[in-house]
Amino acid sequence: MPDVHDLGGRAGFGRVAVERDEPVFHAAWEGRVLGMVYVALGGGWVNVDTFRRGVERMDAVRYLAASYYERWLTSLETILSEAGVLARGYAPPPPPPENRRFERAAPRPPRFAEGAHVRARARKLSGHTRLPGYASERRGVVARVRGGFVYPDTNAHGEGEQPQHLYTVRFEARELWGEAAEPAACVHVDLFEPYLEPAERPDVA
Amino acid sequence: MSHDPDEDDDDHGHDHDDGHDHADDPALARNKLRAEALESLLVERGLLRSEAIDAIVARYEQEIGPLNGARVVARAWVDAAFKQRLLADAPAAIAELDLPTGGRQAPIVVVENTPGVHNVVVCTLCSCYPSSLLGLPPVWYKSPPYRARVVREPRAVLREFGLELPASDEVRVWDSSAELRYMVLPERPAGAERASEQQLSALVTRDALIGVAKAGAPRG
Repeated sequence: MPDVHDLGGRAGFGRVAVERDEPVFHAAWEGRVLGMVYVALGGGWVNVDTFRRGVERMDAVRYLAASYYERWLTSLETILSEAGVLARGYAPPPPPPENRRFERAAPRPPRFAEGAHVRARARKLSGHTRLPGYASERRGVVARVRGGFVYPDTNAHGEGEQPQHLYTVRFEARELWGEAAEPAACVHVDLFEPYLEPAERPDVA
Repeated sequence: MSHDPDEDDDDHGHDHDDGHDHADDPALARNKLRAEALESLLVERGLLRSEAIDAIVARYEQEIGPLNGARVVARAWVDAAFKQRLLADAPAAIAELDLPTGGRQAPIVVVENTPGVHNVVVCTLCSCYPSSLLGLPPVWYKSPPYRARVVREPRAVLREFGLELPASDEVRVWDSSAELRYMVLPERPAGAERASEQQLSALVTRDALIGVAKAGAPRG
């Protein structure tokens, strides 16, 4: 089973609890944490993939018990410490351009075209990835070819941006959930090229 | 999570006297202390000015909210050419409107509800959300039940929000698993044919932009 943060499709959760007239922040410290995360990412001290990985590295029981901003705070403490930002004498890198986004030129043309039948590879069980467990080893169809983006699997671990093509892949609910699937439903997932391999057209549409 | 824990910081203009003392909640008290310690350290090291954090907090409390998304939708309802541009290249179309979207923007993709097709957005791996258009996400969007269930049983989850879809309608769930951020373009409600663009934008709730409600419907 993948890490606990990979929640899609997991059983055992009850109703979605909706809070009426919810404030933007439930306590001032939440806003301070959000601001610090934005400054740390915007300043290029750490990258967003390392930050997400920091959240995912939390103990599973703590992860589920923690509020959203407690997870953010935990990750920020962890990764700033590991990146040496909290050490005396740390010199921040030159700030990246404002609005630096995640699109990057990929080194090769895209392997798959819109309409291609693909199969998601088995999700790796350690390290950061953006292939949800529920799509692992399932077949789908490429709905859109999105262009090259920073590859989170390497960027989270200090192995560089290694841009990859990104695809929006449509999975039919029945392919994902089998007999238990609701009728006339599908899930679109944004998947990087290394997550995908060619698949035969399914026997039943 | 409970409302307003042990807040005593007067810099942000809130009134926290709700007659309820949450200081006995050790996790919340600890988080507050941890956040203060980290901010103090970053300020002391000259890496951060607290005013920069104040500005980010104020921006999300006062400027950036679902009204941005509602204005995009209202324009798309009254201007078919804009709608086509929005569906083809949302960032370029949204830039035409000069909205207060803030400095930190992920590429937006807009997905259109049509008769027979309903879209709903989630992030199962963390809580990615089109914040430049909707502000910060509500707690339920970030909660394990929503993230776990909406991909597997979207109709059941939508029913809990008060939205019963005909069995013949297709439900398309969009899991924001990379850096694209999805927003739903809801259907224009019937009976609003003569409404102005501004009146139309008032019919578009945050929940309709996520896809757990229809536009013009009472909030779920």
